[in-house]
Amino acid sequence: MLGIDDTYVWLAYLLCLLSTILCVVYGAINWNRGDEVIEPADVRWAAEQDKAEQDL
Amino acid sequence: MYLAQGVGLLDVLMIVLYLASVAYLGWLGYRHTRTASDYLVAGRKVHPFIMAMSYGSTFISTSAIVGFGGVAAMFGMSLLWLTFCNIFVGIFIAFVVLGGPTRHLGHRLDAHTFPELLGRRYDSKLLHVLAGLVIFLVMPLYAAAVMIGGTEFLATAFNINYPLALMIFAVVTAAYVFWGGLKGVLYTDALQGSIMTLGMLFLLVYAYYTAGGIVQGHEDLTAMKDKVFVGFKAIGHQGWTAMPLFGWGKPEGLPATAPSPYNLWWIVVGTIVMGVGIGVLAQPQLVVRFMTVKSKRELNRALAIGGTFILLMTGVAFTVGAVSNVYFYKHEVIRGKVLLEDTLDIVAKKEPGQKPAIIKCVVMHLDTLGDGRQDTHIVKSGLPGTPFEKIMPQAQITPMPDGTVEVRPQATAFTRAVVWDDVQKTWIFNSDSIIPTFVTSAMPRWFKVIFLLTLLSAAMSTMSSQYHALGTAMGRDVFDTLAGNHGTATQKTIHVVRIGIIVGLVVAIVISYFARGGYFIARATSIWFGLCASAFLPAFVGGLFLRRITRVGAIASMIVGFTVTAFWLLFVKEAEAGAIGLVRLFTPDVGGGIHPNSILYNYPNWPVVDPMFVALPLSALTAFVVSLFTRPPSQEHLDRCFGTGKPVVVSKQEGLAAR
Repeated sequence: MLGIDDTYVWLAYLLCLLSTILCVVYGAINWNRGDEVIEPADVRWAAEQDKAEQDL
Repeated sequence: MYLAQGVGLLDVLMIVLYLASVAYLGWLGYRHTRTASDYLVAGRKVHPFIMAMSYGSTFISTSAIVGFGGVAAMFGMSLLWLTFCNIFVGIFIAFVVLGGPTRHLGHRLDAHTFPELLGRRYDSKLLHVLAGLVIFLVMPLYAAAVMIGGTEFLATAFNINYPLALMIFAVVTAAYVFWGGLKGVLYTDALQGSIMTLGMLFLLVYAYYTAGGIVQGHEDLTAMKDKVFVGFKAIGHQGWTAMPLFGWGKPEGLPATAPSPYNLWWIVVGTIVMGVGIGVLAQPQLVVRFMTVKSKRELNRALAIGGTFILLMTGVAFTVGAVSNVYFYKHEVIRGKVLLEDTLDIVAKKEPGQKPAIIKCVVMHLDTLGDGRQDTHIVKSGLPGTPFEKIMPQAQITPMPDGTVEVRPQATAFTRAVVWDDVQKTWIFNSDSIIPTFVTSAMPRWFKVIFLLTLLSAAMSTMSSQYHALGTAMGRDVFDTLAGNHGTATQKTIHVVRIGIIVGLVVAIVISYFARGGYFIARATSIWFGLCASAFLPAFVGGLFLRRITRVGAIASMIVGFTVTAFWLLFVKEAEAGAIGLVRLFTPDVGGGIHPNSILYNYPNWPVVDPMFVALPLSALTAFVVSLFTRPPSQEHLDRCFGTGKPVVVSKQEGLAAR
C-alpha cells in the first residue's frame, strides 16, 4: 500500500492520519462543550500566576 | 570572515525581520498586559489556534525535526509509530484525559509549577523539592538536544564551523529567553508555530516532489533495502519501509563478537518510540500549560489544530528523513570543483572505552559555491582493495569542460552525512547532519533561510519553556520550599531563578559542544522523556485520578523511578553507561584492555533496552503497593484536591474584584 510493503509500517502511516482525523473530529464535535464556571480557586490561581509572571 | 562567506545578505535580512517580528509581538504582549487573569477571569478570549500553536511549538523542537528526522533517515519509517504516539498520546490523551483534571487540581491547590502540583497534591515538601531537583539536574540534557538541532543546521547550511554555529545559536536563543521569552507570550509562540507549519509543509511537498511522488518515492525506498549500511543490517535493519527485526537474545551460530540482530528493534521501538511517546504525558513544561486554559472547551477546540500540527512536524520530519535516502541515492547531483581528494578514517560508531568502528574511505572535498572553500564532502568510494570498497557507495564522477565535476554520490542518508568534528578532531558519519544536508542540497536555496527560521522558531518556543521550568524548579520549587517562602517570591528567589537559568544554559552549551555524533539528539531527548515517565508519571496520573495513592507511595515511586533509571544509565545501557565511564570499573577486561560498557554485556539485548522499560513498571508498582500499606490521605486534604462536589460560582465582577 502506497509503496510500503511492511504491514506494521503501513499501519503506522495510516494511524498517524487516523489519529489526526480523530483529533479534528473530536474537536469539532465538542467545539462548544466543556465550558466551565469560574470558581474562587480559579480567580486565586490567576492572581497568583500574574504575580509569578510579573516577578519573572 | 567565515560567517560573512557562509551567510548572504538576504539571509541576514530575513533573520533580522524574523527577530524583529518576535520582538514586536513580545512588546505587544507586554503593552496589552494580557495576564492569566485576563484570560481566565476577565473573559478575554484566546483563539484555539493560538492555544494549539503555543502548546505544539513548545512540544516540538529542533530535536524532533533534526535529531529524530536524522534517526528516521538512518532507520526508516518505523519511526512513524512515534508520530502516532505523539498525536494520540501526546495530544489526544493529554488534552482529553489529563488536561481538565490537571487544570482543576492545579487551581484548587494553587500550584504553578509541575513540582508544586505534585508536592501539594501529596502535601509533601520532600516530593516538591525532589521533583524540582530532578528537573534542574536533568533538563539541561534535553535543552542541549534542542540546541544541537539548531546548531547542526546552521553549521551545515551556512558552512560555519560547529563551535561558531553553537555560539551564534546559543546567543540568539539565550537573548530571547532573557528578554521576554520566559513570559511565554502566546502570540510569539503562535507566530513561531505558524512559521514551523509553513516550513515543514513545504519541506514535505518538495521532498516527495524530488523523490518522484509519494508512491514512487516509497517504492524506490523499498527497493533500496540492500543498500542499508552493513552495521545497521547486523543489528536488524530490514530496509527503510520495514520494521526492524523483532526478537530477543541472540540466535545460535552467530560469532561471539557479532551484535544481536534484534538490537535495532529495541532501540527504535523500545527507546525512541516508547520512551518519547509515553514520556510526553509527564513533561513539566507541558503540564503547566493545561492550568492556563479557561475551561475544557478551550482544550477541545485546540485539539483539532494541535493534532494536525504534530502530524506536520514529526510526521513530516520522519517521512522526509526516510525518503531523503531516495534523493541521496538516486537523484542528487552535485556540481563543483574538487579541491582535495584524500583517504580518511571516518568514525561510524564510537563508544568511549571501546574500539571505534572506522570506515576507510576516499573522500572528495568540493567547492560548490565558487568561493574557494571546501563546502561539501562526498565519499567517492570505500578504500580500494579493502572490504570497505564493497560496503561503501561508489560515486559517479563526470568531468566537465570548465574544470569542475558533476558528482552523483549514490549514497544513503547515513553515508552522505560526512562531517568534520571540530572537537574530537575526526571525521564522522553524523545522523544529526542528515536533515540539514538534505535541506541544503535538495531544496531551493531560498528555503535554507526559511528552514533556519523554522528551526529557530522550534528551538526558541521550546527553550523558553524549558528554561522557565528549569529556573522555577531551582527558585520556586527548591529554594522557596526549603526557605519556607510559601509561594511568595522574594528578591532572593528571583536571583536563584536567574542563576538556575544561567547554570542550565551553560551546562546545555557545554554538553552541546562535546556531545556530537551517535544520534545524540534523539538519545538525550529519549533519556529526558523516559526519566519523566519513570519518575513522575505514576505519581502524576495517580494524583489526578486515584485518591488512594499516598504521600509515601508517591515519594517511593519517584525515588524508584529515578534510581532505577540512573542505575540503568550508569551500568546497563551501553551507549550512555559508556559515555559516563563508571561501568568500566565493574566489567572485566575482555582482551586488549577493553572493558565492556554494560554489566549485562553477556546478555544480548539488555544493553540496548531503555531504562523506562524497567523503571516505569517498577515505579508504578511501587506507587500502588506502598500506597496499599501506608496511611491514606485525610478526607480534608482530598476535598481540597478534588473539591466537595459543590462548585462555588463567582461572577466576572467578583473575579475582577478579587484581583
